[in-house]
Amino acid sequence: MSLAGYAARRLLHMIPIVFGVTLLVFFLIHLVPGDPARTMLGTHATPQKIKLLHEQWGLDEPLPVQYWRFLERLVHGDLGSSLFYSVPAGRLVIERLPVTLWLIGLGTLFSVAIAVPLATISAAKRDRPTDHVVRAVPLVGLGFPQFWIGIMLLLAFALNSGRAFPVGGYGEGFFGHLHSMILPALTVALAISPILIRSLRASMLEVLGSDYIATARSKGLPENRVLIRHALRNASISMVTVLGVNIGFLVGGTLVVEQVFALPGVGQLMINSIFQRDFPVVQAVTLAFAVMVVLVYLTTDIIHALLDPRVRFD
Amino acid sequence: MSTAAATVVEAPAVSHRQRFRDRWYRNTSFVAGASILGVIVLLAILAPLVTWHDPVQQDLLNTLQGSSWDHPLGTDDLGRDIWTRLVYGARTDLRIAFLAVVFPFILGTFAGLISGYFTGRTDSVVNWLVNVVVAFPFYVLIIALVFVLGPGSRNIYIAITIVGWVSYTRIVRGEVLVQKRQEYVLAAHAAGLSNTRILGRHLLPNVITQGVVFAMSDIVLDILAIVTLGYLGMGVQPPTADWGRMIADGQTYLTTNWQLSTIPGIAVVITALALSLIADGLADLLRPE
Repeated sequence: MSLAGYAARRLLHMIPIVFGVTLLVFFLIHLVPGDPARTMLGTHATPQKIKLLHEQWGLDEPLPVQYWRFLERLVHGDLGSSLFYSVPAGRLVIERLPVTLWLIGLGTLFSVAIAVPLATISAAKRDRPTDHVVRAVPLVGLGFPQFWIGIMLLLAFALNSGRAFPVGGYGEGFFGHLHSMILPALTVALAISPILIRSLRASMLEVLGSDYIATARSKGLPENRVLIRHALRNASISMVTVLGVNIGFLVGGTLVVEQVFALPGVGQLMINSIFQRDFPVVQAVTLAFAVMVVLVYLTTDIIHALLDPRVRFD
Repeated sequence: MSTAAATVVEAPAVSHRQRFRDRWYRNTSFVAGASILGVIVLLAILAPLVTWHDPVQQDLLNTLQGSSWDHPLGTDDLGRDIWTRLVYGARTDLRIAFLAVVFPFILGTFAGLISGYFTGRTDSVVNWLVNVVVAFPFYVLIIALVFVLGPGSRNIYIAITIVGWVSYTRIVRGEVLVQKRQEYVLAAHAAGLSNTRILGRHLLPNVITQGVVFAMSDIVLDILAIVTLGYLGMGVQPPTADWGRMIADGQTYLTTNWQLSTIPGIAVVITALALSLIADGLADLLRPE
């Protein structure tokens, strides 16, 4: 199967999932106990406002009709209107997206930079003290609350004696963004790298046990070359998959990290909107996050097929 | 015939149990994890005996105190004793985390059993549901659900259940797909046993192990989710002591009183480590021969 054919098939697989995602996001409003319009308006609720929201959200229509309307608006890019800012919720999300993408991108980069060397060393020195130390990392590291890692990094590098990085905010210009993103991205990376180290070490061990590694060694290649040119290259295929699978965790983490570092991203928008009881924005952000993850899954599948043509024929 | 099938089935389960009984105390991870967790749980249960302050009583004349005989870990910005709040926080967070793991475990195991066993349409529907839930980042869906349902521990359980069942389903389904080709299941079929009986008495005991091991790591995830919700102000409502809330409250005083945020965080890390060690040990002890 050609790569394009494979990609098209994967895309087709995504359709029912995206359909389910919209269904779940749509039903969020119906999980609100009592009258959603009254609950969302809270103390600002007046009979007129409640009636207006009922009309806007079509709450008086039968469920299937409501869902159909929701889908109709969705395909026109209409995610509803913010109750707080009175602007389209979709626009708010798009405005905040660059900050979150920065965080995801740099966070992924950092997590690879942490996980690859540690996993390689650990696999190469299997059952030696170094390996035991690296293997303890996931055991301890998975229990760190992400926001707490962020606070501890702030304490160490942004406050008191070491003021190398800003306490929060997004900075100005490319280098400003980069400078203010280092600690948040490191937080994201530190939270996810225990999982990556564990998986990458396992696949490195598998690769190191294979015949072509034995061949490379028997040719008298230096061990470093065997590790980096032969083993790591193949283990990186599984790295892509592992990253793809865990991207949901990474993306979800940005929500909390943005809060710690006061980054004006999509995650912060979600938390602020929750406290403003701005339901359409919360709905839009939830949908945006899910779509982001689905796209990452799709990209991962395609990269995987690109690196390892065998998966196209499975 | 059914007795014969039942005997064959019970063999692996019994050997797990026996292995467990004979060897648990020699498994360093398990013993270390269980000891640490034991101390924390004991402290949480005996909270009124090991603390001598009220966890919610404010004392505005003694705010942000350093450690002393009366306040071993000092006081917070409202003059509440940190040690007391830490111990009562353990009570809140551990209770919610342990209970929160039960519902996804039951629901996920059930869904995994039927989807792996019946395949066909049931399997497609369950798989579709799993893929839909997995498309949402963990925290995004939990936070969105707690938002629409409202705060409070009951809604935290509901949110965690809606998000958490999928992992159990994946694990159990995978195990069922392997086990149902084994001879003991084929024999049970041949003996004319009902699907319910095969699922409940024969497959379940043999596929549950992986689920149990995962449940231990899942409690870690739940504790992290609960403290994260607390940190964001969406979890257990104040003034109830909760580790996440304590970290959030302390963040304002990071430059002057760094211990306010640091101490509860360390409590989370130690608790999570204990549970991870238990999970590690259990995986080792319950691994099939």
